[in-house]
Amino acid sequence: MNEISSSGAGVFFREDLTTGEVPVVTAIPHQLAVSRLTLTDFRCYRQQRLEVDVRPVVLTGPNGAGKTNLLEALSFLVPGRGLRRAKLSEITRRAADGVVAARQWAVAAKLSVGDNEIDIGTGCEIGANDNDRGRDKRVTKIDGTVVKSQAELGRYTSAQWLTPQMDRLFLEGASGRRRFVDQLIYGLDPEHAGPVAAYDHSLRSRNKLLREGNLEPQWLDSIEESMARHGIALVVRRLEVVARLQAVCRAGKGAFPGSEIAMAGQVEDWLASEPALTVEDRFRDALLTSRPSDAVIGSTSVGPHRSDFAVRHGDTGMAADICSTGEQKALLIGIVLAAARLQTEERGYTPLLLLDEITAHLDKARRVSLFELILDLGAQAWITGTEDEIFAPLGEQVQHFAINQGEFEKL
Amino acid sequence: MTTTEIDRLIQLLSKLPGLGPRSARRAALHLIKNRESLMKPLGLAMEAAAENVQTCSTCGNLDTANPCAICTDVKRDTAKICVVEEVADLWALERTASFNGLYHILGGVLSPLDGVGPDDLTLDSLIARARGDEVTEIILATSATVDGKTTAHYITDRLEDAGVTVSALAHGIPVGGELDYLDDGTLSAAMKERRGI
Repeated sequence: MNEISSSGAGVFFREDLTTGEVPVVTAIPHQLAVSRLTLTDFRCYRQQRLEVDVRPVVLTGPNGAGKTNLLEALSFLVPGRGLRRAKLSEITRRAADGVVAARQWAVAAKLSVGDNEIDIGTGCEIGANDNDRGRDKRVTKIDGTVVKSQAELGRYTSAQWLTPQMDRLFLEGASGRRRFVDQLIYGLDPEHAGPVAAYDHSLRSRNKLLREGNLEPQWLDSIEESMARHGIALVVRRLEVVARLQAVCRAGKGAFPGSEIAMAGQVEDWLASEPALTVEDRFRDALLTSRPSDAVIGSTSVGPHRSDFAVRHGDTGMAADICSTGEQKALLIGIVLAAARLQTEERGYTPLLLLDEITAHLDKARRVSLFELILDLGAQAWITGTEDEIFAPLGEQVQHFAINQGEFEKL
Repeated sequence: MTTTEIDRLIQLLSKLPGLGPRSARRAALHLIKNRESLMKPLGLAMEAAAENVQTCSTCGNLDTANPCAICTDVKRDTAKICVVEEVADLWALERTASFNGLYHILGGVLSPLDGVGPDDLTLDSLIARARGDEVTEIILATSATVDGKTTAHYITDRLEDAGVTVSALAHGIPVGGELDYLDDGTLSAAMKERRGI
């Protein structure tokens, strides 16, 4: 008991939020934490380094100070296109007049999980080979070695995030919710990215052929075969993970309501009553039958890309999209924290939590509860806000930086 | 200041795969320093290759003879044709000395997103070859990417009534590989394709 790792990683001070009592030292066995972050020509940052310990990080500053940019940089430490889903060329630093100041950019970080350290570097380089000459390309290094694909990052790191854009997640199209659920799954199962990318590739290939009026049956057969194989694999995985997540989500935690979550769609319905191999045939047949009508609309009318992530309020049973704005945010936070808890249980360490303007739409009780849950989880959360005072009760349990015009100041 | 001849050399070298402007300058300097032992022989070798190398009209291989040395080698097994994407893949297989049949170079893979369709590949000549009397097996050795696999599936479809066995290279554990480091996809493919010892 009371073992504290000698390296200091995984240890932070906790203070009772309500009474402000003397801090006690709590050991957290496994926590993914950034200790150093270096940004080069990344958005508003020309060359900046930030050194932090394992405690949650609070970043405050006026609008446009560079808070979200910093969270975006951290989101590049996991596979994918980051929390803004930006193109490589959009991330480059621009001078005040909007002219590109540097085409290449880089994010480098030292991270730890318990006593293990890992160096990750990723960024945009300009290709020099015959197949990518002069084009922007993403390069990723782990411990100084260039890796074949950025998907490798998923073996070492994971992150979950919430941004103000996601406040409308339940109101907007299903594609945002599918992306959200896939992002939750990547944290639990990095291999999920394989079928998702393969299905998307084949889907876009099919749509392109149909739009061009190319209806060569054998070519479409081959593409649809690939869609069926990868599509069913990805739906099966989504269903499995969402079921595990549901078990954690159902009960509310702190001031956040529980939720009933499920994947809904045609393929999901088929899988409820038939084995995966039969559903693969059924999906392939459906694609074959829908070719003429899909050719008219220029897109594919059936498949996992039409599925939705359905959420209901655990107490009232109301569908999330008709809940109040504050309640929707509370549901979303509840799900993300549940996914983080599940991941800690399954993978043995807490993910990075990137929470942009998270306190907006939250009343005081929920704010206090959110901070308690984050500290309870023991994750290195990166929390941004415009007002310092909101974070004052957290005291030494967090490290607080002010950001202004791309410069950090420790408070 | 550099002269126009050197500039031209550097500019041409920098168009080679794997060479950027910096490495092109290094290569140019190295060539000039080794004028007699490297630069002139290289120039002659390039001229000779440019004059004499041609594409084999049967399989698509590069050689000074047409048909190529592989297609005309009487010691090779003409019943088997291995289908590869590019000449580099043929060379890779030849280095292993594990295959004694003939080859067929597709010239790429089907990729709607890159605008590559069946007419851009050497599919018709492959099908014509497969229908030949001697051929009994077509071995598909396209990449294990989404497009590579889709192409393999497409060829299999087209060869359905050609009266040949169609096989594909196995997916699985690399020689000397450790299980723990393999991705799920490779590992489950290896499990599915396991065989008796």
